[in-house]
Amino acid sequence: MDLILEPWPWYVAGPAIALVMFLLLYFGGNFGMSANLRTMCAIAGGDKYTDFFKFDWKKQKWNLMFVVGAIIGGFISANFLANGQAIDLNPNTITALEDLGFQEVGESYLPGEIFGREAIFSLKGILILIGGGLMVGFGSRYAGGCTSGHAISGLSDLQIPSLIAVIGFFIGGLIMTHLLIPIIF
Amino acid sequence: MKYLKFILAGVLFGIIMAKGEIISWYRIYEMFRFESFHMYGIIGSAVVLGILMVQIIKRTQLKDIQGSSITFNPKDKSIIRYLVGGTIFGLGWALAGACPGPMFVLVGYGYLSLLIVIGGALLGTFLYGLLKSRLPH
Repeated sequence: MDLILEPWPWYVAGPAIALVMFLLLYFGGNFGMSANLRTMCAIAGGDKYTDFFKFDWKKQKWNLMFVVGAIIGGFISANFLANGQAIDLNPNTITALEDLGFQEVGESYLPGEIFGREAIFSLKGILILIGGGLMVGFGSRYAGGCTSGHAISGLSDLQIPSLIAVIGFFIGGLIMTHLLIPIIF
Repeated sequence: MKYLKFILAGVLFGIIMAKGEIISWYRIYEMFRFESFHMYGIIGSAVVLGILMVQIIKRTQLKDIQGSSITFNPKDKSIIRYLVGGTIFGLGWALAGACPGPMFVLVGYGYLSLLIVIGGALLGTFLYGLLKSRLPH
C-alpha cells in the first residue's frame, strides 16, 4: 500500500498508460481526450454555428464516460492515495522558477501564482488560464489530436502526421517555456 | 452498464495521471527545460509498448469486446495543420501546464480553477470550428 501512496516512477506510469490505451481499443473505443471538447461543443449547440459540430455525438458517449472516470480518478487520488509528498523536481528547475518569483515550488501539483485564488481573480491571471486553455483547444483541433491522440496513439501506430504534430507540440512548448514565460511572469 | 467499463478505465487513467505527477504544471515546465527524464520516460515507455501492442493487434487481427475488428484510421496527409496546430497546442500546454486529459483529472483532484482552463479549451475548440474552412489544412 505504501508503494501506491508514493509518487509513481516513469516505468510504472508509462506502461500503465499503454494499458489504458489497450483497454480503450479492446472496449471498442480509442485513446483521444481532446475529441471530448468537440463533443461538448456539439452538445452545447455548436452545430447551429458550423457543420464541424454536426455529427452524431451520441456515438462519443463512451469517451465522455471516460472523462467522468478521469475526474473520479483525480478525486480518489487526492482523497485516498495522496501522501502530501513534494514533487521531486530538478533543483535547477526550482531555482529558475524562484528567479521568476514563484514560491513553494513543487510543494503541491500546481503553482498558486497561476492557479491560486489571488491569481484567478486578477485580470492577468484569468487571461493566462483562458488563453492557455484556448490555445490547447484550438491547437488540438487544428492538429487533429492532443498528447493522447498524437503522442501516444498516433506514434504507437507509426503515423508520420502524429510525429509532425509532436514536433509542433515541442516547438510551441519550448517557445512558451524559454521565451514567453519569463516575459509573462 | 455498457458504459461502466469506460468509467473504470477513466478512473485508472485519472489515478495514473495523478500518481505519475503528469497533472503537475511543474513537471511540464521541467520537461520543456530538459531537466528531468520523468516525462520522457513516461511518454517513451508508453509509446514503445504501444507500438508493440498495435503490431500485435494488427497481426493477430484481434477483435474487440463486441467482436468487431480493431481498426486504426490513418491520419490525413499534411504538414501545415500538424505543425501549426501542434505549435499552438504546445504554447497552451506549457502555459496552462495541462493537456485535455489532465485538465479534467485536476478538477477531480480539487483544483477548481482548471474549470476556467476547460472553458478556454472549449472556446478554442469552438473557434476552430468557426474558422476551419478558412485555415490551411
